[in-house]
Amino acid sequence: MSITYLEAIREAQAKLLREDERVFIYGQDVGGTFGGAFKATKGLAKEFPGRVLNTPISEDAIVGTAIGAALNGMRPIVEMQFADFSSIALNQILNHAGTHYWRTQVPVPITVRLPGGGTKGSGPFHSQSMESIYAHYPGLIVMTPATVEDAYTMLIEAVAIDDPVIYCEHKYLYYHLKADKLPEKGLPTGRARIARAGRDLTIVTYSAMVQESLSAAEELAREGLESEVVDLRTVKPLDTDTVLASVARTGRLLCVGESFPWGGATAEIIARVTSAGFHLLDAAPVRINAKDTPIPYHPNLWSAHRPSAKTIAAKARMLLRE
Amino acid sequence: MLQTAPRSKRTTAKKAPVHERFREAFRWMLLARTMEEKLVSLYRGGHITGGVYIGKGQEAISVACGLFLEKNDIFAPLIRDQAGRSAFGEPLVDVARTYLGSRLGPMRGRDGNIHRGRPSDNQLAMISHLGAMVSATVGALMAKRFKGEKKFVGLTAIGEGGMQTGSCHEGMNIAAVEQVPLVVVAFASHDLVERAIGYGFEGYSLDGTDLNACLDVIGSAVKRARAGRPPQLVVAAMLRLSGHGEHDDASYVTDEIKRQPFAQDCLKLAEKKIVDLELVDAETLRSWRDDAAAKVEEAITTAQQDPQPAGEKEDWCALHTRELLDQME
Ligand SMILES: Cc1ncc(C[n+]2csc(CCOP(=O)(O)OP(=O)(O)O)c2C)c(N)n1
Repeated sequence: MSITYLEAIREAQAKLLREDERVFIYGQDVGGTFGGAFKATKGLAKEFPGRVLNTPISEDAIVGTAIGAALNGMRPIVEMQFADFSSIALNQILNHAGTHYWRTQVPVPITVRLPGGGTKGSGPFHSQSMESIYAHYPGLIVMTPATVEDAYTMLIEAVAIDDPVIYCEHKYLYYHLKADKLPEKGLPTGRARIARAGRDLTIVTYSAMVQESLSAAEELAREGLESEVVDLRTVKPLDTDTVLASVARTGRLLCVGESFPWGGATAEIIARVTSAGFHLLDAAPVRINAKDTPIPYHPNLWSAHRPSAKTIAAKARMLLRE
Repeated sequence: MLQTAPRSKRTTAKKAPVHERFREAFRWMLLARTMEEKLVSLYRGGHITGGVYIGKGQEAISVACGLFLEKNDIFAPLIRDQAGRSAFGEPLVDVARTYLGSRLGPMRGRDGNIHRGRPSDNQLAMISHLGAMVSATVGALMAKRFKGEKKFVGLTAIGEGGMQTGSCHEGMNIAAVEQVPLVVVAFASHDLVERAIGYGFEGYSLDGTDLNACLDVIGSAVKRARAGRPPQLVVAAMLRLSGHGEHDDASYVTDEIKRQPFAQDCLKLAEKKIVDLELVDAETLRSWRDDAAAKVEEAITTAQQDPQPAGEKEDWCALHTRELLDQME
């Protein structure tokens, strides 16, 4: 048997619906025959009548409704059709869900699924990576699974968490990643994973950039350069300890993210490592992100806009020459 | 097909007031006005940090919003809903503690003034962003339906300005899609009730200065929602008799506007009715006033003696799941 990243997300939701009567799925066309924009909920409406609910195109109200339901004992899973459209729901997510526990001591257990990240030809409004915006605000957990196994166990974990979780699923990985079977249990939330061990440099990354970084590491290995790849799994909380421990082994840090370059997860990692582990560094840390323009449509432009195995490897070589 | 019910004509007191209900509502209005006058004087004396936002002129509508709800109903009050919050069951000391920043209040100094609530007691804690509470109320009602509860309603208030937000529009639309028992009560100086048709709500308009009309129309809207009718929109004509907050002297309100019928003070009108119809004698009226003043005094005194939060002792954790707190330092 082989199961894709997308199927893992569907399976996780099926399991949640089966085992927890508080769970319902809420989003545009999630209950239709297609099963949302990407089939992540295909067949679930039939299997779980009345619990996979179609919504109007009203991102603000979708999240607002989920918040109200969560406050009254439910565990809603919201599907945004594309992460990009969650901009319409920013107010409810950041100002309502994110502030609620702090203000009232009553947590808001919602999970918001954001199909994000670039795929060829998707252009400026169907390709965005939103994790850094959500991580910037207090009161939210931000998950960025990079493997089929994590896609499955982290979604189950997201629904179990009492706080609002932004679950960033990468569209490029939907069909590109496959696993033989789904695990019972994953690493604890907030724990990073060493995706590849190496002694010469640490590449810290998450989501689809884990795959690009692993390819880069292979390329570098052919040249005798051994990179350690750290998959953060969640960008908030950020597992600084695992990152520091890796940098302690390698002395060099490269951070890779698919979102825009100003601030964000990669900048945060570098800030933490330089202040807590300056003495561990043999060279100034570097980072690589998408370019500071909207995300282009044309495949030639798109593939140059985001980091790739090639550009990651090139940056790594530069860093290793320092 | 949903249809908008015919508007109730603005005929007040078509029938004699239900005296008991009228008296009870009046007392909540009086308490709200007394409390807010006290808050204003504390603000002027420099004893309140941040703003003070009052519901002067809106008490008749607001009290009707709170009065017909049961404990298990959902109430999402807004900025000018002191009367409704009290009628729904918010302890007065919650108000005092939130305005005075007490560590013992529902918001514990983390949020202030009207941004307060007790979501576990079905009183949602509004965020500033107007319109946002509409869909949250819808969600709360959907949860009750999921859980198999029966005969519940939710009510939220919104101003004419707040009604222009996309959030309010999305929220009302989703209420109609889900056919939840929601009542939206809008305070407006223009009649916006025609919007009900577009949303698939049943709509009613009324004179918001007339307590009896407020009790009748909002009371019936709550009843209809509870009975499974489509969502209800009530648009109440009134004028805010204060600035936006106490920092605002409302000098932009012209004398001409102030002479309009909708600019009358609902509390004065209600009191006049009580006197004219001899619903209670002068002695009782005085004792109600004294009682309101005493309750306000007690709430304020309590809050003034409360401990204040301290930055160095605060628990700076915005997550319920403490072990998932991002360790920044
Ligand atoms: C989305 C949003 N934009 C702006 C504001 C700032 N604001 C607070 S009250 C207010 C006026 C609201 O008018 P209305 O809804 O008619 O109610 P009123 O204050 O007159 O009672 C504004 C603009 C806000 N709270 N939310």
